[in-house]
Amino acid sequence: MSENQESFHSRVIERRAGLMAVLTTICILIGGIVEIIPMYTVGAAHIVETPPYTPLQVAGRDIYVREGCYNCHSQMVRPMRSDVLRYGGQWSRAAEYQHDRPFQLGSRRLGPDLARVGGRWSNSWHYRHMEDPRAMTPDSIMPAYAWLLRRKIRPNAVKASLRALRTAGEPYDDGTINNSAMLLEAEGQMIVDDLAGSGITTTWDTEVVALIAYLQRLGTDIGAITAAEEREAANE
Amino acid sequence: MHVCTTARTRIWERSPARSDVDYVGKPVPLSNMSDSNSMDPRPDYDDAIARWFLIATAVWGAVGMLVGVIIALQLAWWPANTGLSWLSFGRLRPLHTNAVIFAFAGNAIFTGVYYSTQRLCRRRMYSDTMSKIHFYGWQLIIVLAAITLPLGLTQGKEYAELIWPIDVLIAVVWLVFGANFFGTVIKRKTNHLYVALWFYMATIITITVLHVFNNLAIPSSLTQSYPIYSGLTDALVQWWYGHNAVAFFLTTPFLGLMYYFLPKAAERPVFSYRLSIIHFWSLIFLYIWAGPHHLLYSALPDWAQSVGMAFSLMLIAPSWGGMLNGLLTLRGAWDRVRTDPILKMFVVGITFYGMSTFEGPMMSIRAVNSLSHFTDWTIAHVHSGALGWVGMTTFAMMYYLVPRLWDRPLFSQKAAETHFWMATIGLLLYVVALWTAGITQGLMWRGVNPDGSLAYDFMATVVRLIPFYWIRVLGGALYLGGTLVMIWNFVKTATSTAPPLSAGSEEALA
Repeated sequence: MSENQESFHSRVIERRAGLMAVLTTICILIGGIVEIIPMYTVGAAHIVETPPYTPLQVAGRDIYVREGCYNCHSQMVRPMRSDVLRYGGQWSRAAEYQHDRPFQLGSRRLGPDLARVGGRWSNSWHYRHMEDPRAMTPDSIMPAYAWLLRRKIRPNAVKASLRALRTAGEPYDDGTINNSAMLLEAEGQMIVDDLAGSGITTTWDTEVVALIAYLQRLGTDIGAITAAEEREAANE
Repeated sequence: MHVCTTARTRIWERSPARSDVDYVGKPVPLSNMSDSNSMDPRPDYDDAIARWFLIATAVWGAVGMLVGVIIALQLAWWPANTGLSWLSFGRLRPLHTNAVIFAFAGNAIFTGVYYSTQRLCRRRMYSDTMSKIHFYGWQLIIVLAAITLPLGLTQGKEYAELIWPIDVLIAVVWLVFGANFFGTVIKRKTNHLYVALWFYMATIITITVLHVFNNLAIPSSLTQSYPIYSGLTDALVQWWYGHNAVAFFLTTPFLGLMYYFLPKAAERPVFSYRLSIIHFWSLIFLYIWAGPHHLLYSALPDWAQSVGMAFSLMLIAPSWGGMLNGLLTLRGAWDRVRTDPILKMFVVGITFYGMSTFEGPMMSIRAVNSLSHFTDWTIAHVHSGALGWVGMTTFAMMYYLVPRLWDRPLFSQKAAETHFWMATIGLLLYVVALWTAGITQGLMWRGVNPDGSLAYDFMATVVRLIPFYWIRVLGGALYLGGTLVMIWNFVKTATSTAPPLSAGSEEALA
């Protein structure tokens, strides 16, 4: 290139801010389009439709998000021997996350993975663990969440959440939304009755009850998913 | 013009055709590098806006780092969670990340962009009103974040925690910034767009796209909303956003700042103009693909994971292109690196940029990721980028700007030197402690006995890390201490009774 002959970049692109902005926009859109659009369309189909979260589980999930549990706990068992051994024998499937808005895979395990925590501990274990983690796990570094034992969920807020979730695409019918207050109480009361058996007295609308309902749901869809996988494998 | 002998000087040789830009041409004295061109009277630059953003950078930087030290302490010593909901780790950690990214780094970007864009376009910002809306709007967003996050009002997506009304405000303020920037660029009094401006442009465009698409949600109240994406699609969109927040909020704008302030501070033109073209376009094209490396071994389709890994590996090339262009700009100025704290900070910053952009691609290789993912190695990686690259580059820029913006010589070179060493040692303690912690925990998780059972209970791996967490507290506190020394130095500079720099000769400014 001779002295006075400038490159195309220097002669044209660098002199036109609009052109440069357009080229930049094209450059940064390609990767996202190629990766996200197939996931948004094809990837949304799951091997089996699992039931959406119950109203109480929705309330509990909101508490899980509010307290920032994802900052320390993942919900993603990797297909690796050590992960599978440690966290209940199955790695995480896409269908298990189908109702997660927002997703809560997490990025750090300061505490153990929770993808398979449902059914692993009793309701009373969770209750006492939230009140004082050291009571259940002596060396735990987890903060105590004693306020969850005092604060109450608000049924009207849960109803609004269910409506918003339906708009976003969750399969809630009118009955579930209209009767959400009743459903909350019924499900909460089952946990309260169970806790009473361990000498714990609380009410159905306490936040910790909702959080327990959510935690006990985690990972419990895996049976239906592996069954569907087996059916599919048998059909091939 | 003498006959040149090497390809490199040949690039400089082309300077006469583009005398209005300062990235090519033979090494020229600072007075010729655009802003104080003797042929052109100095336009009426708005330096007040740069001063305000600089103050905000320093203040929010200290606050964000302080919250970081507090949550580091909470991990080493759980009683530091205090039992109060709004001081618990799960709520303060998002406050820390948002404060250092959007308040510290954000205001640093705006400081540098407002200062340099005016000089590179040789005109005042397009609209002073927009500049003010941007400044006060952004500080309002930060205050709202500092209130809502401890209250547990969050969207629950990392680095996108802020609730939807604040997200709307961010979008509006960001668009005002964009309009003001593009208005200035379009009405510029120069022909060429200097390389720093390309990086600012890419930042403004891409952050708009990322912010809008990642935060699309259905509100259920003023403080609560649910994303339109579910499950792994939400995860993919989030990490497309999250990784490119690193790319387009913590990398491209800081490369732009490097391209403006490093040649100024070193009084050397940028090493290679051609390299800057190649690495700019390849960097912004490749970065956007790399998000899925945050989801390796998840149930995300294999093809997406592989694409994410492949593009992450390719990113080494443009990243190192930027690093080399920065470091080689110092050719002929290395003797000054020994004595000038500004250049020292640039060198450490750019070196850590090179280090972490090598480490990142390595960690996105599946085999390495299987060990590093979910451990403190990730946190070490992030902080070598944040404390090393973003922090050090910001400090260097601020030490360059404060004497110019307040028209006083820096109060204490010695304090700047002390800050440099406190920051560097703090950074090393932090990063080395967490590398060790991360690899230790990763190896313990996968440890198995001869009979195939797991060798370590999860709690055993937590207890093992506590000593490293104390070292992290120490490193972080040292880094924060350095920042406080800097703030003290700046306050003394701004309030000093020393004669204004502008009273002296042009050389005094350089």
